[in-house]
Amino acid sequence: MAQVSMTVNGVAVSGDVEGRTLLSGFLRDHLGMTGTHVGCDTAQCGACVVHVDGQAVKSCNMLALEADGSEVGTIEGQATADGSLNTIQQAFQDHHGLQCGFCTPGMVMSAAALLKDNPRPTEAEIRHYLEGNLCRCTGYHNIVKAIMAASGQDVGSIAAE
Amino acid sequence: MYNFEFEKPSTIADAVAALGAEDAQALGGGQTLIPTLKQRLAAPSALVSLSGIAEMQGVCIEDDGSVAIGGATTHATVAREAAASYPALAALAGQIGDPAVRNRGTIGGSVANNDPAACYPAGVLGSGATVVTNTRQIAADDFFQGMFTTALDEGEIITQIRFPVPQAASYQKFLQPASRFALVGVYLARFADGVRVAVTGASEDGVFRWSEAEEALTKEFRADALMGLKVNPMNMIGDLHGSKDYRAHLVSVMTKRAVQACS
Amino acid sequence: MPKDSGIGASSKRREDVRFLTGAGNYTDDINVAGQAYVYFLRSDIAHGRITSIDTSAAEAMPGVVKVFTGKDFEGVGGIPCGWEVTDKHGAPMQEPAHPILAQGKVRHVGDPIAAVVADSLEQARDAAEAIDLDIEELPAVIDMKAAAQDGATLVHDDLKNNICYDWQLGEADDAKVNEVFANAAHVTTLDLVNNRLVANPMEPRVAVAEYSRGTEDYTLYTTSQNPHVIRLLMCAFVLGLPEHKVRVVAPDVGGGFGTKIFHYAEEAFVTFAAKACNRPVKWSASRSEAFMSDAHGRDHVSKIELALDADNNFVGLRTNTYANLGAYLSTFSSSVPTWLHGTLMAGNYKTPVIQVNVKAMFTNTVPVDAYRGAGRPEATYQLERVVDKAARELGVDPIALRRQNFITQFPYDTPVALTYDTGDYHGTMDKLEAAADLAGFAARRAESEAKGKLRGLGINCYIEACGIAPSNIVGMLGARAGLYDAATVRVNATGSISVMVGAHSHGQGHETAFPQVVADMIGIDESMVEIVHGDTSKIPFGMGTYGSRSLAVCGSAMVKATEKVIDKAKKIAAHLLEASEADIELKDGQFSVAGTDKSVAWGDVTLTAYVPHNYPLEVEPGLEETAFYDPANFTFPSGAYACEVELDPETGKVSIEAFTAADDFGNIVNPMIVDGQVHGGIGQGIGQALLENCAYDENGQLLSASFMDYAMPRADDVPFYGVDHSSQTPCTHNPLGVKGCGEAGAIGSPPAVVNAVLDAMNSGGKAVDHIDMPVSPSRVWAAMNS
Repeated sequence: MAQVSMTVNGVAVSGDVEGRTLLSGFLRDHLGMTGTHVGCDTAQCGACVVHVDGQAVKSCNMLALEADGSEVGTIEGQATADGSLNTIQQAFQDHHGLQCGFCTPGMVMSAAALLKDNPRPTEAEIRHYLEGNLCRCTGYHNIVKAIMAASGQDVGSIAAE
Repeated sequence: MYNFEFEKPSTIADAVAALGAEDAQALGGGQTLIPTLKQRLAAPSALVSLSGIAEMQGVCIEDDGSVAIGGATTHATVAREAAASYPALAALAGQIGDPAVRNRGTIGGSVANNDPAACYPAGVLGSGATVVTNTRQIAADDFFQGMFTTALDEGEIITQIRFPVPQAASYQKFLQPASRFALVGVYLARFADGVRVAVTGASEDGVFRWSEAEEALTKEFRADALMGLKVNPMNMIGDLHGSKDYRAHLVSVMTKRAVQACS
Repeated sequence: MPKDSGIGASSKRREDVRFLTGAGNYTDDINVAGQAYVYFLRSDIAHGRITSIDTSAAEAMPGVVKVFTGKDFEGVGGIPCGWEVTDKHGAPMQEPAHPILAQGKVRHVGDPIAAVVADSLEQARDAAEAIDLDIEELPAVIDMKAAAQDGATLVHDDLKNNICYDWQLGEADDAKVNEVFANAAHVTTLDLVNNRLVANPMEPRVAVAEYSRGTEDYTLYTTSQNPHVIRLLMCAFVLGLPEHKVRVVAPDVGGGFGTKIFHYAEEAFVTFAAKACNRPVKWSASRSEAFMSDAHGRDHVSKIELALDADNNFVGLRTNTYANLGAYLSTFSSSVPTWLHGTLMAGNYKTPVIQVNVKAMFTNTVPVDAYRGAGRPEATYQLERVVDKAARELGVDPIALRRQNFITQFPYDTPVALTYDTGDYHGTMDKLEAAADLAGFAARRAESEAKGKLRGLGINCYIEACGIAPSNIVGMLGARAGLYDAATVRVNATGSISVMVGAHSHGQGHETAFPQVVADMIGIDESMVEIVHGDTSKIPFGMGTYGSRSLAVCGSAMVKATEKVIDKAKKIAAHLLEASEADIELKDGQFSVAGTDKSVAWGDVTLTAYVPHNYPLEVEPGLEETAFYDPANFTFPSGAYACEVELDPETGKVSIEAFTAADDFGNIVNPMIVDGQVHGGIGQGIGQALLENCAYDENGQLLSASFMDYAMPRADDVPFYGVDHSSQTPCTHNPLGVKGCGEAGAIGSPPAVVNAVLDAMNSGGKAVDHIDMPVSPSRVWAAMNS
């Protein structure tokens, strides 16, 4: 066992973990923050995406001890201080960008990382950026649309809601 | 995963020392190693993270004009920081995995692993780069020795890779649709003294140089120079995603496209 | 004008808030104090005889609570099959045992052999590696046609062969069918494969069970689309437990697509082990485990023949299909290639003579069962591919050929056992032609060709039988369950409403759409109505969500229960208003006396129901009603789809440039949700057509055993879709006039994509008349260079 310390959504946390403990496991099992989901074991699906020091990473593919001393952001920390949805979350709801909700935390975290670097991405850029986030419900239509809307683009001309 | 000790040294010397322990293994970004460990296909006693070693980070330009990339530099960093100095390599780095994978995966980890479908081996071999380790310098032509096999000794760490910058270069990747590794990837680099063509994804022996194409393109750098040239399908990988013949065909197509991109 | 609330409004989904903030409650988020973890030791060979198994070393490993093998389950039942199919000679299907843990033999890679319960999952896995196991490997039965031969290796030693059933539907007189084909002016024949798929909901399956020694109660939390079905099957057929002692909870479920309908061994195991170990037991599948333990979908090999007369009218259709069932019968597996497939072979066409033949095969592969569409995609794919091929052979326009043969009179009795109540296939095709701008295709093709690409247009029509199902009919056909559903409408004293439903929402948005209906009927705000689902201790006995049935069946039960509530409330209102019940009208949440200005608000009536001081003596206090609804018929959504692809002739890579769907779902409660369902279905259909392929080698090893080799559609594999739902012929037999929309996209899209690819290849001068899915670049290139 080794001690790991980090801030998660701005709150300092620490715990004793094994070498093999994954960041996703630390968040879910040690901290009880179950918003981060695990949907595969080959680093493909992206349901587990969180931010580590401002960068999107797959938390099921990173050891908890590698995040020692880092600032970690998860889906639980995305809403605004008064608890209302942030711009991206609100756009996902407004444009039906989620169905079962399982991939959603990773999608929102990836979308946030994208918009930080590229505040007004094209449709093609969004689709390409989401290469590491699988969704089985939406056919991606409304996810892409929601991210375009969250970046302030007019999505009225995109066929259906 | 089997359990292991975790160490995160801050110098190459400490990392080398830690890797001296029996069954210790270096951890780059872990983007391939961690899934492997999840399958319990490896049982290291300790993982020695290289991510905390400052001297193995970043992209810089050497006095001779070559681009030197620290072994622990992530793909995302290379995509960003080499964009001006070596755009084709930066573009290659930007096509590996996905954004979250690129934020963790490292050039040293990828090259040391030498996955037969990985992108970086093509970039390193195609550029004629030099792999610098804690003990020596290894020419790319000597480094890659078949799939998942390299010239690295036990405990040896890739600290840096130095890329001579060609006059023009291009990486053309055709995606394996599931993994998004290269079904076929061709890295073409045109130097004053000749053309190098390295192919990944296609061969059972891992990354290789397509010498016939190199000769033809060195003589005449035009897509037409490749007419009639084809790698031997018998040496190609045939699997769920593409037959041997198809991969051989794609090698030609991707090489042609690389030439066109450089022209 | 779009409505802003109630039926027809695109109300935003209320469940989204918890999913968007990480506050969902999925099964893997549930941890029960003191829980142990189970790891299943699964077979890594396809077929073998267990010669010895020694768990003693494993039992001594650190943290191990108990090690189970097949021996521990000799006293309990196996996993049952919910549908008995009768073969064409009148004999029942062959129905092998399906043990919880292997008994004597392993029959597919992934078949569970032993289970280790330990303090941690890693300890359980460590111990599993210490189990000493000897398996004598047997030849693997993989190829279906070979499996059907006399003398083939048997998957189940106690069965007479590997054929579960040899089934037929439609015209039973072979001579008559032969005559139709002999007299036809043209016959188009096609051999095709409907590729095996893995449903892959993003949430892997999980099951957690606890047992109380004090009360002898069990609780099972599980990733299920239908908790009551799981409880019934597990209690009655597997573990022999009284249902009232077992609570099954399916909390937030991260997608199902059919594969979470079925009762799985792991659910029964954790329930059994919770008592045996006297500890809660949790199982969470890894994705790799899911690939070899979730029921797969599709996997049909078919020959289809279409006979046309000299005027291009369809005069006969004959199919011969081998359907893979895998190693065991999963819950509804037997019904998929038969009653959910053969019955759909008429499609949208008035073909007078149809004969469907299906041999269902046992093989050494993972069990195959319903996956989004379940039988209907397999039927549609065959039919729409053969129609397209016929059009090409005859040199006629594929839309014109379809239109010429459309059914136009309803109700319509098909030759394959269904009665379509309503539809407007020409009207829907008109919508498609406009929405997809088919008139502009030639110009778009020219643009593609100028870039050195080929462009193809593929058309597809589909009909599906949804809203399953009338219990009396399916009972005659072999179903071992009723397929009604139920709802309880519980009005609270202050007027808010809890609706307990048998349907289960795992992405479909019931929590939003169902309240729209109830609120609309009463005239109150949607926020006053809440849906409760997924917990057998809270909801009436319902059959769950699959087969595009939730609104058509459970929604109908909800409407009927709400009507009962309203009837009773009117009695109370009449009493309060001192008027006759017959004169009471309910509008906008106000009960009024017709022709007067006297009224009383909904909330006053509901409060009176629970505080019955001034109250009609003949009426019971309270305001809560339950209704069960058993549909009179299936519903028949239909549609017409268009796909445009661009094909790179150099690499064979196909990209979807446009996809347009025109569907007739009858009435629509929440258009936003309906569009989302179609998008998702199309995404999966494109996945099947271009990318997804669950493949085994000849030894029964699963080649596509992870996302590294099983190609899931990603955001850049698909375009924005055009959807048009303005063609609406309401269902004639349910109160909402709704038909169901969940599976349409997955049914209608694969043939459209493949037809488009073939159109593109043929436009390039290459005569290719068929290509199997997935239409990978390698296959396209091979087809164009053969």
